[in-house]
Amino acid sequence: MTAITRAEVAHLATLARLDLTETELDHYAQQLDVILQSVARVSEIASADIPATSHPLPLENVFRDDIARPCLDRAEVLAAAPAHEDDRFRVPRILDEELS
Amino acid sequence: MSTAMPETIPYDEALNLFEPVFGLEVHVEMGTNSKMFCSCPTAFGGEPNTQVCPVCLGLPGSMPVVNRTAVESTIRIGLALNCTIAEWCRFARKNYFYPDMPKDYQISQYDEPLCSNGYLDVTVATVEGPKVVRVEIERVHMEEDTGKLTHAGGATGRIHGADYSLVDYNRAGIPLIEIVTKPVAGAGHLVADVAKAYVAELRDLMRALGVSDVRMEEGSLRCDVNLSLNKPGSPMGTRSETKNVNSLRSVERAVRSEVERQSALLTAGGRVVQETRHFHEDIGRSTSGRSKEQAEDYRYFPEPDLVPIAPSPAWIDELRSTLPELPSAKRSRLEAEWGITPFELATVVNAGALDLVEETIEAGVESAAARKWWTGELLRTANDQGIELADLPVTPAHIARVEALVADGSLNDKLARQVFEGVIAGEGDVDEVITSRGLAVVSDDAALLAAIDEALVAQPDVAEKIRSGKVQAAGAIVGAVMKSTRGQADAAKVRALLLDRLGVTEA
Ligand SMILES: [Zn+2]
Repeated sequence: MTAITRAEVAHLATLARLDLTETELDHYAQQLDVILQSVARVSEIASADIPATSHPLPLENVFRDDIARPCLDRAEVLAAAPAHEDDRFRVPRILDEELS
Repeated sequence: MSTAMPETIPYDEALNLFEPVFGLEVHVEMGTNSKMFCSCPTAFGGEPNTQVCPVCLGLPGSMPVVNRTAVESTIRIGLALNCTIAEWCRFARKNYFYPDMPKDYQISQYDEPLCSNGYLDVTVATVEGPKVVRVEIERVHMEEDTGKLTHAGGATGRIHGADYSLVDYNRAGIPLIEIVTKPVAGAGHLVADVAKAYVAELRDLMRALGVSDVRMEEGSLRCDVNLSLNKPGSPMGTRSETKNVNSLRSVERAVRSEVERQSALLTAGGRVVQETRHFHEDIGRSTSGRSKEQAEDYRYFPEPDLVPIAPSPAWIDELRSTLPELPSAKRSRLEAEWGITPFELATVVNAGALDLVEETIEAGVESAAARKWWTGELLRTANDQGIELADLPVTPAHIARVEALVADGSLNDKLARQVFEGVIAGEGDVDEVITSRGLAVVSDDAALLAAIDEALVAQPDVAEKIRSGKVQAAGAIVGAVMKSTRGQADAAKVRALLLDRLGVTEA
């Protein structure tokens, strides 16, 4: 049994805005399947008394004080963008529905 | 749909047929000095892209660090909403492609909100008196606000037909609290009032806690309204989600318009589509947006760049001790202090006038007069203009000044109204309006007597009646004098002068 279907890979590609060819889809579906099956083997070893972790460091409650500090220079920031206009980042037309 | 079917059914009629269930997701921008995960300032109205840094621009290698005050504010909100505070929780990445977040994900909380399972009691005015409705809270979580898009090109400035968009990231990363209710059933005909009262209560709570000043016109409190209808005894219906509901009035209107729209659909044998609708403040209605039939796939996962939050009981107790008098307790106190009924207070609260009335009384005005202005004349004006009371140019100080002038006889009620009219029209403060409009009670006896004589000559039969002792007929003459002086006379004084002139005394 595969850990991920070709259809799921195609869906993920759409979500990630990746335009994959049929050949690429086959290729990545196979590769991702190997990766997922390998990772799944970790679950076989981890028993219920070993909690899942999302962070390598045993840290909690790392905060900073609520103090405002100087920001980047706008001209420098915008100069690094592919396009800008009216002091704003210019982005290609958004075809999707309005989210906001 | 056939053209003969009505597109809406009137609200009350609709609620005789269906039971409404609503839910609200309220986003509140915190009033912190710096952003949620970086030290950029949060001030509103800055020049575009001047409040940005590598973190909120999502530049490679930058790392977020959590703002302690934002966490504390969230815990305080949770405590004020009677929530359970999580012993341990994490942030999550909400992945989506949209240029309002330069990282292509928003840091939010998913299945581990900081606060959950609370409630907020709200009071609505009904004909039978005030009614308390408990709105249960599902969760309160932290996230970051998004950048602001301007759609350019195309004719309408809207996204459809736009050639491209411009982005300002000043707002991206401002701490945002999302407060989600559980479905609220059983409100019946009061559903629109309960939804509005809930948002008003939340707003007052945020202000009382000092976590946000909630300027709705600047978008610092935004609501999504979920609503469904079902036949009595049937399971909950399919809900629509109306976004962009950004004023108290709009919350009420969004609920009403969905009740009216869905009831017509259902009555005609149609079905409600689970969809996102967009509310338009200008027309007071929503239009259909995305269909939610294919649910969004945000691929949430625990945020690897941030460590968990585990508030200790001691920290929570310390934060609990900082909670101020909450709005509901404050209302009970004010009812006693001002000597008014819960119904009268509810009128003040529903008008959004609580703080204004309180400040006006603090400025030395009698409770009755303060309430009369804010919930009467001024509320009507605000409603006519479609704005909140607090956004009128009239201040408690203006009312104190006007009331002082009424007390010393320089103004009467009618002139006072004209003064506020002038202040609202931007003609200046109270004294400036009085000067420029020449508003003053005519206190010159000679001028008043001349006007009285004129009125007596014009209505000889009335004059005769008064002379013969029918004092109640004096009203007609007083009215004529008030009219000829364009309201600039003190009616009681005119009456006294008139009776004196005719040599009669009050019965
Ligand atoms: Zn920043």
